[in-house]
Amino acid sequence: MQIFVCIKQVPDSGQIRVHPVTNTIMRQGVPTIINPYDLFGLEQALRLRDRFGGEVTVMTMGPPMAVDSLRKALTYGADRAVLLTDRVFAGSDTLATSYALSNLILKAGETWGAPDIVFCGKQTIDGDTAQVGPGIARRLGLSQLTYVSGIDDMDLTDRQILVRRRGDHGVQVLRSQLPVMVTMMEGSNEIRRGTQADALRAARAEVVQWNAATVGIPDIGLCGLRGSPTVVKKVFAPTAREETAEMVPTTDSSPAAMADALIDQIFTRQPALQDDLLRQAAGH
Amino acid sequence: MSNQTSRPAGSGRANMKRELPEHFRSYKHVWVFIEFEHGRIHPVSLELLGEGRKLADKLEVELAAVIAGSGHDALEEVAKTSFSYGADLAYIIDDPVLADYRNEPYTRVMTALVEKYQPEIMLLGATVLGRDLAGAVATTLKTGLTADCTELAIDGERSLAATRPTFGGSLLCTIHTLNYRPQMATVRPRVMAMPVAQEGRTGRIVDFKVDLKEEDIITKVLDFLPDTANEAAQLAFADIVVAGGIGLRTSENVQLVRDLADALGGDWGGSRPLVQKGWIPAERQIGQTGKTIRPRLYIAAGISGAIQHRVGVEGADLIVAINTDPRAPIFDFAHVGITADAITLLPALTRAFRQRLSVNRMAG
Ligand SMILES: Cc1cc2nc3c(=O)[nH]c(=O)nc-3n(C[C@H](O)[C@H](O)[C@H](O)COP(=O)(O)OP(=O)(O)OC[C@H]3O[C@@H](n4cnc5c(N)ncnc54)[C@H](O)[C@@H]3O)c2cc1C
Repeated sequence: MQIFVCIKQVPDSGQIRVHPVTNTIMRQGVPTIINPYDLFGLEQALRLRDRFGGEVTVMTMGPPMAVDSLRKALTYGADRAVLLTDRVFAGSDTLATSYALSNLILKAGETWGAPDIVFCGKQTIDGDTAQVGPGIARRLGLSQLTYVSGIDDMDLTDRQILVRRRGDHGVQVLRSQLPVMVTMMEGSNEIRRGTQADALRAARAEVVQWNAATVGIPDIGLCGLRGSPTVVKKVFAPTAREETAEMVPTTDSSPAAMADALIDQIFTRQPALQDDLLRQAAGH
Repeated sequence: MSNQTSRPAGSGRANMKRELPEHFRSYKHVWVFIEFEHGRIHPVSLELLGEGRKLADKLEVELAAVIAGSGHDALEEVAKTSFSYGADLAYIIDDPVLADYRNEPYTRVMTALVEKYQPEIMLLGATVLGRDLAGAVATTLKTGLTADCTELAIDGERSLAATRPTFGGSLLCTIHTLNYRPQMATVRPRVMAMPVAQEGRTGRIVDFKVDLKEEDIITKVLDFLPDTANEAAQLAFADIVVAGGIGLRTSENVQLVRDLADALGGDWGGSRPLVQKGWIPAERQIGQTGKTIRPRLYIAAGISGAIQHRVGVEGADLIVAINTDPRAPIFDFAHVGITADAITLLPALTRAFRQRLSVNRMAG
């Protein structure tokens, strides 16, 4: 079985700032990690491989430094790693990114065998769009199973897969047909610690590097800024409110006195809420 | 480099003059996809009708509700509700295949509808369903999609300016879809205000048919396990929300938050680390990657007020913060603050509220 896992190297946490003068994003010095949701996809892929055999290939489209994240994925036990890197992809929005990634998947499929499952994280922590997974699915004509919280079963003979998908009002149990594109939810499975052997292998492993020409991108015009219908016109920090909180005085107060002072403040500012609470309490 | 926000602001193309290709000039009207599942309309769809109305008025075009599902009577009811919330017309797509949401048939009908009736703008809720559908539809139509917007506006050139948080909420960016139609956006629940329904407001219904066959649909819904009605389903809609953070120190102290919420007839939740520690269920996480809330009163106990938390609570009418650290960032956006130990103040608050509310009962 062939499983492909798309990962993205993202800046760790919200340490990103906008340069006050140039108004550009300052990424320098911010440590990078594998997008945490992608690790749930990777762990699920490794579990399926352990059970059914086959290979797990991790892949990303990104700058040359994304090699670090791919190598990290190898230490968890992925079998091989591929980086698609080329200047033509710079500035890609989600539509252009899914175009690049779907072409990367096609090329990897020709090279190592077409994937039975492509995993993505449910979203990235820097862009938060949750659009790249569905974009890949559409472009490759794969069944799209997003927000999957668990894979209940799989049958390679019938080529069927049974998943749980988290909705807004409950969980859908879905059966679909391989090949599928799955985006994984958080909390589905913690990523394993790779073995010593994995770590050694990862340190020596070659991360395959391809560019637009190697994968044979059919239309360069669909990549990067040119291929992105959405355009970022403005990036800015949320405005801080002018006035800060009015502080309830606390010197020498008992918790009961503080509670009373705080409630007075709340009801002074929200008389209607007080009325409603009183009415509710009176049973009207 | 692989997402829409990673470009420097003000880069070359952003300033490019917009010239909409000829074949897109016929794209008119604002559409709102009405999320109708398991017999009920998702409130975000009504919020979007309110917002869509403003955009349509600005553009001087019609506002349409798009309603897909199974059972014409039920769908017509949804259309009537949509009219009272501002829609001028409703497209109804009624087919047994659409009974439960599945990506494949919904993408197919939505794509066909767009191609036939050509909207300028299409809005969906940033729900699980809306995000699943929007991503597939936008890719099929090869158009732009802006996720999780918090603000929508029309600029001087009739272009949709969609503002969204990015980098986990630490930045905002305004995105335009140039040269492609429709301009698509998803908006999180509870970010736009709920409009007031106008009784008796009516509109036209347009029935739309797509040839769907169950045999052609690869994915089957075997079962649906609804979330138990009482568990956190209402958090996003509660009038009063009490939430705790790491300042509660132990999982047992989460009970103090619940007690206060009970006394006020409200709901409760917490910051993300509490979910990560397993102290509260994920459905009760408030913030950027959790629920957006818009209560009349929000009480945050032992929460520092990180930006990712802040974006989920900013819409509250009154934000009250309890924190031992007078420099905690939450005091920068709370309306009322108190430098106090939440572990002793919460029980005192619960007692005091109970007392005040019961005194009145006797008086009344
Ligand atoms: C991509 C991403 C998404 C995220 N999404 C969310 C999200 O949706 N929601 C969310 O909440 N967070 C989210 N976070 C996490 C967020 O950045 C913060 O880490 C988190 O909100 C902090 O939680 P906290 O305030 O409970 O804890 P802390 O930051 O540890 O703050 C605890 C506070 O309690 C105070 N305190 C300590 N003891 C007491 C006491 N006895 N009484 C009163 N106060 C006390 C302290 O002074 C401190 O201010 C996200 C982070 C990332 C990177």
